[in-house]
Amino acid sequence: MTAPLLCMRGLRARYGAVIALHGVDLDVAQGEIVTLIGANGAGKSTLMMTIFGDPQAYEGQVIYDGQDITRLPTHEIARLGIAQSPEGRRIFPRMSVLENLQMGAVASAHRQVEADLERVFAFFPRLKERLRQRSGTLSGGEQQMLAIARALMARPRLLLLDEPSLGLAPLIAQHIFDVIRDLNAREKLTVFLVEQNAYHALKLAHRGYVMVNGEITLRGSGRELLERPEVRAAYLEGGHA
Amino acid sequence: MEVFVQQLINGITLGSIYGLIAIGYTMVFGIIGMVNFAHGDVFMVSAFIALIAYLVLTTWLGVSSVVLALFVVLIVAMLLTSLVSWAIERLAYRPLRGSFRLAPLISAIGMSIFLMNFVQVAQGPRNKSIPPLIRGEFLLIDSATYKVSLSHKQLIIWAVTALLLAAFWYVVSRTSLGRAQRACEQDRKMAALLGVNVDRTISATFVIGAALAAVAGTMYLTHYGVVSFADGFVPGVKAFTAAVLGGIGSLPGAVLGGLLIGLIETFWSAYFSTDYKDVAAFSILAITLIFLPQGILGRPDVEKV
Ligand SMILES: Nc1ncnc2c1ncn2[C@@H]1O[C@H](COP(=O)(O)OP(=O)(O)OP(=O)(O)O)[C@@H](O)[C@H]1O
Ligand SMILES: [Mg+2]
Repeated sequence: MTAPLLCMRGLRARYGAVIALHGVDLDVAQGEIVTLIGANGAGKSTLMMTIFGDPQAYEGQVIYDGQDITRLPTHEIARLGIAQSPEGRRIFPRMSVLENLQMGAVASAHRQVEADLERVFAFFPRLKERLRQRSGTLSGGEQQMLAIARALMARPRLLLLDEPSLGLAPLIAQHIFDVIRDLNAREKLTVFLVEQNAYHALKLAHRGYVMVNGEITLRGSGRELLERPEVRAAYLEGGHA
Repeated sequence: MEVFVQQLINGITLGSIYGLIAIGYTMVFGIIGMVNFAHGDVFMVSAFIALIAYLVLTTWLGVSSVVLALFVVLIVAMLLTSLVSWAIERLAYRPLRGSFRLAPLISAIGMSIFLMNFVQVAQGPRNKSIPPLIRGEFLLIDSATYKVSLSHKQLIIWAVTALLLAAFWYVVSRTSLGRAQRACEQDRKMAALLGVNVDRTISATFVIGAALAAVAGTMYLTHYGVVSFADGFVPGVKAFTAAVLGGIGSLPGAVLGGLLIGLIETFWSAYFSTDYKDVAAFSILAITLIFLPQGILGRPDVEKV
């Protein structure tokens, strides 16, 4: 088997005195959808941001495509073909939809912004109708679509999504999961997904990891994890959409 | 009526200069949330650069066309002033980023004092002057008691200001650099995640602000014909007032604020007293901060300092 596209080894990160990651080992292979689930404050978003060097790991390594990127500045990591739709969407509220998408293309190696725009509109036709609108006035679902579309504008090989379905109506969440599945199936895009909605995430993903207090406690295929009683008890009980 | 029109013309001229300086304050504040106290002195340095460039061109190189000289002086002043401002950011502000809030502010005050003293030592404490560059005026109203005129100098200041504002507006609203600047202003962390080199974008902001201040400096020199090492302070504070009045962080606000301060100052001098014209500007700063802290065109959500 070839080396995984993204590979974390013994990753430790902290905010001042608070240690958020206590040595994380995690792999994402080319072409996979991998999900990371865990309770609030487990360190999932921290892990996503540590891949981008913000905060930088104080111990351990992040290897992307055979290259050690642990100490690279954030903007250089973005130019290697990794894109992130971060926690809280973080669209630029005082820019138009089009400008947000153009910002997404900053890290794109090829300069076919027009073609890339059409590509993301195919996934999210709603954005095309709202092209000139100030992004801050979009609905929550539209903002989430924009955040994902913006990440896609970079033409990434690896897409990181932090809670893309948070706060969305079930139908829109479903649309977003469909898009992720589509991108993976049709374009062989590798996806690393953090989700609150553990049921959907584990059904969608090839493999999953469970994080508790900054450590990986369980790993396995999506189906396996769905069957595990610990997972069911902690993340799935109480019904799902 | 005649007096009014004349003061309007003078006020717009002065206001153009303040507006150009104010943009530098407002842009830097927008992107890193810091009042660049050295900006007024950067303006003063640019006037000196323009002065020296003008003297070199006319006396040593024998350039006789005033328009050509002015054009070259403007370009030289913009380039060198940008370099100065770039170096200031690099040496005095960037190392303090991520430090406590007041640190870059104190550093900026230090830079301001340094520039002022440096010019005082290097160029002497007295006013430096150049011969009047452009004479001639259009007589607009010629009544028995009062003549209203628009001098060629003023017309040039208006035209150059308008042209540069248009170019500046284009850069900010239509180019990828301008987009990156606005992105950094709204969410620096996210901009970096998308591949924007935040440090370089901040440097570019200082450079653009300084280039516009250099336009103001060159126009100031053209208009008054004299400059001294202390000339950074008062115009600097007035331009800062303009930025606050227009709404700090807002680019149209900076221009509007500049024009208003210029007009208020000239009308105050014409109808009340020249002695108190600076007090008028400072009072406006205080009144704005108390009653309209977000400024005329500012957003209420900008609460950075
Ligand atoms: N900027 C920060 N400064 C200090 N502590 C932080 C910061 N961001 C996160 N933390 C802390 O690090 C820990 C992990 O947070 P993180 O945001 O990674 O959790 P999460 O798994 O993404 O949670 P959620 O599901 O709520 O998004 C938490 O204890 C949190 O309080
Ligand atoms: Mg999170």
